[in-house]
Amino acid sequence: MAAASRSGLSGWLYRVSDSDIWWSFKSSPMTVAAAVATFLIIAVAFLSPVLAPHTPFDPATLSLSDGLKPPVLVSPDGDWAFPLGTDDQGRDVLSSIMYGTRLSLIVSLAAVAVAMVLGISLGLISGYFGGAIDAVIMRVADVQLTFPAILVALLIDGVVRGLISVKRHDEIAIFVVVGAIGLSFWVSYARTVRGSVMVEKNKEYVQAARVIGLPPLLIMVRHVLPNVTGPVLVIATLNLGLAIITEATLSFLGVGLPSTEPSLGTLIRLGNEVLQSGDWWITVFPGVTLAALVLAVNLLGDWLRDALNPKLR
Amino acid sequence: MLAFILRRILQSSAVLLAVGLVAFSLFRYVGDPVNAMVGQDTTMEERDALREKLGLNDPAPVQFFHFIANAARGNFGLSYRTSEPVGRLILERVPATLELSFCAAVFVLFVGVPMGVYTGLYPRHWSSRLLQAVSLIGISLPTFLIGILLILVFAVTLHWLPSFGRGDTVKVGWWVTNFLTVSGLKALILPAITLGLFQLTLIMRLVRSEMLEVMRTEYIKFARARGLTNRAINFGHALKNTLVPVITVAGLQLGSLIAFAVVTETVFAWPGVGQLFIQSVQFSDIPVMAAYLLLIGLFFVLVNLIVDLLYFAVDPRLRSQGGGARVGGH
Amino acid sequence: MAAASNNQPLLEVRNLRIEFPTRRGTLLAVDDVSFDIAPGEVLGVVGESGAGKSLTGNAIIGLLEPPGRIAAGEIRLEGRRIDNLPYEEMRKIRGAQIGAIFQDPLTSLNPLYSVGRQLVETIQTHLPLSASQAKARAIELLQEVGIPGAEMRIDHYPHQFSGGMRQRVVIALALCAGPRLIVADEPTTALDVSIQAQIIALLKRLCREHGTAVMLVTHDMGVIAETADRVAVMYAGRVAEIGPVREVVKHAKHPYTKGLMGSIPSLGVRTERLTQIDGAMPRLTEIPPGCAFNPRCTSKGQRCLVERPNLMPAGATRAACWLHDSGGVGAPILKETIDA
Repeated sequence: MAAASRSGLSGWLYRVSDSDIWWSFKSSPMTVAAAVATFLIIAVAFLSPVLAPHTPFDPATLSLSDGLKPPVLVSPDGDWAFPLGTDDQGRDVLSSIMYGTRLSLIVSLAAVAVAMVLGISLGLISGYFGGAIDAVIMRVADVQLTFPAILVALLIDGVVRGLISVKRHDEIAIFVVVGAIGLSFWVSYARTVRGSVMVEKNKEYVQAARVIGLPPLLIMVRHVLPNVTGPVLVIATLNLGLAIITEATLSFLGVGLPSTEPSLGTLIRLGNEVLQSGDWWITVFPGVTLAALVLAVNLLGDWLRDALNPKLR
Repeated sequence: MLAFILRRILQSSAVLLAVGLVAFSLFRYVGDPVNAMVGQDTTMEERDALREKLGLNDPAPVQFFHFIANAARGNFGLSYRTSEPVGRLILERVPATLELSFCAAVFVLFVGVPMGVYTGLYPRHWSSRLLQAVSLIGISLPTFLIGILLILVFAVTLHWLPSFGRGDTVKVGWWVTNFLTVSGLKALILPAITLGLFQLTLIMRLVRSEMLEVMRTEYIKFARARGLTNRAINFGHALKNTLVPVITVAGLQLGSLIAFAVVTETVFAWPGVGQLFIQSVQFSDIPVMAAYLLLIGLFFVLVNLIVDLLYFAVDPRLRSQGGGARVGGH
Repeated sequence: MAAASNNQPLLEVRNLRIEFPTRRGTLLAVDDVSFDIAPGEVLGVVGESGAGKSLTGNAIIGLLEPPGRIAAGEIRLEGRRIDNLPYEEMRKIRGAQIGAIFQDPLTSLNPLYSVGRQLVETIQTHLPLSASQAKARAIELLQEVGIPGAEMRIDHYPHQFSGGMRQRVVIALALCAGPRLIVADEPTTALDVSIQAQIIALLKRLCREHGTAVMLVTHDMGVIAETADRVAVMYAGRVAEIGPVREVVKHAKHPYTKGLMGSIPSLGVRTERLTQIDGAMPRLTEIPPGCAFNPRCTSKGQRCLVERPNLMPAGATRAACWLHDSGGVGAPILKETIDA
């Protein structure tokens, strides 16, 4: 127990190395496949500047004569230089997907990090101080939970658009999206941490720390955080899937990332505009990538939830 | 019971007031109501006069009170984008969204709950495993992607169903309905499935896990020991106990359909309030955003009240305690 | 013993073996258990938790929870084999011929239905009665189990009853269709001590009046001594000793039973101190070779370490202990051998 509570990472590693979890991982081929798929997609996405055959969003490399080429495997008109076809601007769909996935992942990971830091801090504050502060934070959480995350993110985005000019908005769009998604996901972290703090607060070691003059908040941070690493990790994994979906949805709705820096959602929106003419590959391939990524992450999250705590739902 | 309902109404009003505060802050401090009403060439003096006349120099609580009082009468000011009254804009589009959400809710409940019951009762059967796997894919597919795929298959490729708009509609009083024409009904199918599919998988998985949990309880084991038939146990005892937690979540999920309609309406160019909201976000049309926020808040409060009333119908523990702790809630 | 005058036993359990396949191998939870219950007889089954007594009860009512399964042996009710019946056949027996009472009355009743509805549905499942006849019978049953104001209470929900009253309702439910046998699994463990005696007395009286046999599973030797005609003592999945309750209490033959009896305080008999058995029952994964009780036994010999005893006549009871075999326990175990 002492080893497990020393720091979050060592506690987590301790639990991972625990035979039951490792056994449950190995005995679920779905989970292993999901882990491999997640790892592969992340690796390819982050290596896209090296791996991608084209640099699709450098206008200098584009040629309209390459436009709307179908994928090689389904049509003799295909060109091996563009294995998954091109869009109406002549951009390579495969390279767009690789760069787009990277951007989607960056935004989602950053958003989850924002939500995590915000939620854990507010949860600690709420649980530790209690009283009016706790009441305010938790009521805000209640009200926010009334609204789906996508709506909260849309509202935040709309407000930011009201406060700054359109041109500035495109420059900071990525931060707006990260902030909007992050702000809409903090509640579950805060509730988990708060609950744990409430339990720990009355334990004797905290009282003892207070008696010998140690700052109890510090003691609690060091004892509470390791306790919640499991649940927080589960929430974060499941949130990552949701964050990827939310980012894609925002971008699809045209309020996320601008078309000059397309994420998977933006690519799907651009493809959707020409979908009626039957050029399905521009939409379908980014869509399949998005679905595969979210599915793999969700499978991991589901497994992690069951493995760390079968009662947690 | 009455005391319980009253307390819930009071709590709901607090939530609604908080939403109102957010909407007011948006309306008053993010947007500038004066800018929306005047032209480029209005002088500073005229603006100040208008400001005074609109009460924008009053103390904030007074302004908030006026805002809420106006909102209650459906007066949300003018849209920045179209300069039309926001109340009318929204009212015109409410029927489209409500009909779409209603169809999606029917789809979710009448398909999702039976599927959840089935997979919960026979978790080891191959078809349950298949449904469970498909449901995970359903959860992982963003709504807009489902819509696009449905359009691609059923509209672009097969030409069976329309890919956008409401089709032919009929006006009943001020309410414009899809339900009275064949083309209107056909136009509803794809959007309703798209809107419902995500919630359907959620509800199915929820019912399944609750069902599995209930089937493990002592009273189900005791019901078996009493020799009751499987039918009586599964549908009499297990399903009813499953309902208690499912009602909470299902209520909230169905409530959120109206908010999720934002995405579906965009994909299918469905002229509802969701589409209006997206346009208002893109143009930062603050009055429309504020009004939409209040509308959604009101809708959620109503759904929550209905959920509370359903609790009374299902759970005798609540009826006799005159409203104590909520049992089985999350 | 008078109740056992009929030659045909009501229930026969023969060489019952219950297994649990797990990822660490198959656990043998109940091994080679045999006993009979005569019509109208109360058989107490006593043992520590994990001894396999509840599993045996569940196997009899056909409700072993997977992955547990009957691996060998048979169970016969009035001569008819019931352990391998199809689910639907067994369902018709449950409630009608074998009633069950579970440990916790708080969780045995469905919270969402009135006790009346639960009684009526059970009655109508097994007996060809109309709704009003079934309701009349339900009220009668509630009166019989001592619930005051039964006509009014029948429409109440489980949460409106106290724990003891709820267990009375559970007993009424078990008696609904007039079963020949009731399997009562720790029926008083979850109740207040003051209520326990009432419930046991009620169960005993009703079963005598209806001629119902009872398999009373409990870890409370006091309850058994009070209620049972015969008692089976289980240890680590096997029957250690079985016999008439007076004999087992007064003249226990198995060292484990002796220890168990030594641990009950009794009024009137002045003892210096209560005895206790050192150590704990082994886990199912760690059952030693030979007699399962040998690590805790003070009378063991070399034979106990290698050869597993079966039930054998021992005075007026039957005990699974080599002390009662003509061959004895074998060479004594020297202190050094234990330490080594």
